[in-house]
Amino acid sequence: MDKFTTLTGIAAPMPLVNIDTDMIIPKQFLKTIKRTGLGVNLFDEMRYTLDGKEIPEFVLNQPAYRKSQIIVAGDNFGCGSSREHAPWALLDFGIRAVISTSFADIFFNNCFKNGILPIVLPPEAVDVLMKDAEKGENARQTVDLEAQTVTTSDGQSFSFEIDPFRKHCLLNGLDDIGLTMEKAKSIDTFEAKYNQSHSWV
Amino acid sequence: MTARTLYDKIWDDHVVHTSEDGTCLLYIDRHLVHEVTSPQAFEGLRMTGRTVRAPEKTIAVPDHNVPTTAGRDTHIDNEESRIQVEALDKNARDFGINYYPVSDIRQGIVHIVGPEQGWTLPGMTVVCGDSHTATHGAFGSLAHGIGTSEVEHVLATQTLIQKKSKNMKVEITGSLLPGVTAKDITLAVIGQTGTAGGTGYVIEYCGQAIRDLSMEGRMTVCNMAIEGGARAGLIAPDEKTFAYCMGRPHAPKGAKWEAAVSYWKTLFTDEGAHFDKVITIKGEDIAPVVTWGTSPEDVLPITASVPAASDFTGGKVDAAQRSLDYMGLKPGTKLTDVKIDAVFIGSCTNGRIEDLRAAAAVLKGKKIAPGVRGMVVPGSGLVRLQAEEEGLAQIFTDAGFEWRLAGCSMCLGMNPDQLAPGERCAATSNRNFEGRMGRGGRTHLMSPIMAAAAAITGHLTDVRTVLAEMA
Repeated sequence: MDKFTTLTGIAAPMPLVNIDTDMIIPKQFLKTIKRTGLGVNLFDEMRYTLDGKEIPEFVLNQPAYRKSQIIVAGDNFGCGSSREHAPWALLDFGIRAVISTSFADIFFNNCFKNGILPIVLPPEAVDVLMKDAEKGENARQTVDLEAQTVTTSDGQSFSFEIDPFRKHCLLNGLDDIGLTMEKAKSIDTFEAKYNQSHSWV
Repeated sequence: MTARTLYDKIWDDHVVHTSEDGTCLLYIDRHLVHEVTSPQAFEGLRMTGRTVRAPEKTIAVPDHNVPTTAGRDTHIDNEESRIQVEALDKNARDFGINYYPVSDIRQGIVHIVGPEQGWTLPGMTVVCGDSHTATHGAFGSLAHGIGTSEVEHVLATQTLIQKKSKNMKVEITGSLLPGVTAKDITLAVIGQTGTAGGTGYVIEYCGQAIRDLSMEGRMTVCNMAIEGGARAGLIAPDEKTFAYCMGRPHAPKGAKWEAAVSYWKTLFTDEGAHFDKVITIKGEDIAPVVTWGTSPEDVLPITASVPAASDFTGGKVDAAQRSLDYMGLKPGTKLTDVKIDAVFIGSCTNGRIEDLRAAAAVLKGKKIAPGVRGMVVPGSGLVRLQAEEEGLAQIFTDAGFEWRLAGCSMCLGMNPDQLAPGERCAATSNRNFEGRMGRGGRTHLMSPIMAAAAAITGHLTDVRTVLAEMA
């Protein structure tokens, strides 16, 4: 997993609430057995017509936002299906941070496993960042994970909260499984005791 | 000792390790696996030379993209689907995990197979790379969906890195009125809390109306906890739960059964335990409901009319307008005047034997309205077999329904079962998202008896009027 430290990039405004993972990556693209190559189909049904032509109004098809690295989104981003293909598609497109007032639980977890930073901010802050993002390609926002801040193109900063363990893993690009494997002894001990007390499991 | 909730008790029993910041390593009792969210996880194991730590606690079954038509055990036309199913065959074999291939009568939707085979038991932690894992909470087990990276983590370590959620109580008091089902309960709750209302919580459903539900009904309720944003939904186990589990192939036997039951009887929320949020709904206040929009929170009683975007506030105004446009609905139209093109009965929400019995009871001796396409997809091969033995399959086919093989089918449209653009479907599934059942397809969520009623009339219908005619 790539580290996440700081990021300065174009932010795409997507004010729609309840953007679900079916929208982020429709089911026909879940048939892959790889993690890569999904960026071209990110938001596929919002982004392309039935015959595969770009829909010019869709934000990521607009010249200013084709190289977005941040999405500023409406409430409850990532709800629905647990598909990790959603963060894989975002990452493959080049998105490294998503900002919203709230995220669905499983999507939120999945982001951290892939070096994407989901940032929760109060509605007032998201409003300011949304308006800033709407300015277009010269409006680059900056995310500083160490300092836990997001800064608009004109220098207005907002602080965000993040779980310390997740911050540590993102800053250092750490693999969860490797970290848990270091606790193998604890798992062995637990399992031995548990198998005695819960023999039916 | 302080009073604990059911969730607290299950959590405490599974903590392997707690870090200084409160992050826990949680032991996983059952890991369910399907073909769509697992290939990358197994590939990860191979790349790092890791193995499956507890293959005996890992159960795999292909369900998401398998066709529901005959001949699928020898050939799947869609190449990508075939590759995914073949990958699961190989991964199950290579890593020695429990497996129900397409050719096995026990194959079906993972959340129906787990309980049916007795893998799911009270007090367990159950995970799967699928959001509807919440279903298993009906047994008083802590069950939730995970991503593929977490699937790999559980395969390798039999644990999950977790922070504890908050406790939420959803109490449904009293009794349900005729024509009102478990599906109406769970939709009504989401209609009230919204799709993000449960975010950060584990829900315990309780109250007389929940106690009165069968295990099948309880599974329907917990299945959609995720649609309310909750990590999981739980119902305390009781005699009904024990009776359902007893004698199933992987349920304990003899002395182990006795030990299990005496432990299961401790799995309830203590008097005075703290809930961070409480919602109470009177069972008698719940009507048969349908969804009108493209979010499961867009719930209305069948007697209502299509809302206008201006009925909402904040970000929901634009979302509601987008939903109305997508669904092709005019504000003010009576919901019962909305014509349908298709009916889908099945899914992990409503693909169990009781659901098929209920729908068949409404359909008996009747025909699908002209021009409406109907499909019944049993949740498992065993549900299908039982329905055939009970004569339900005959009722469905006599009415004009297609009688399919088990799988997720049209609920997510990964296999050939899909809606055409603009087609409108009365569905017993769980998501009405844009494109969910096929690009441009329009989904109205409802109970099996409501879907059966709609099939007969050709439009959304208050099942109570059909029931009244039957009486």
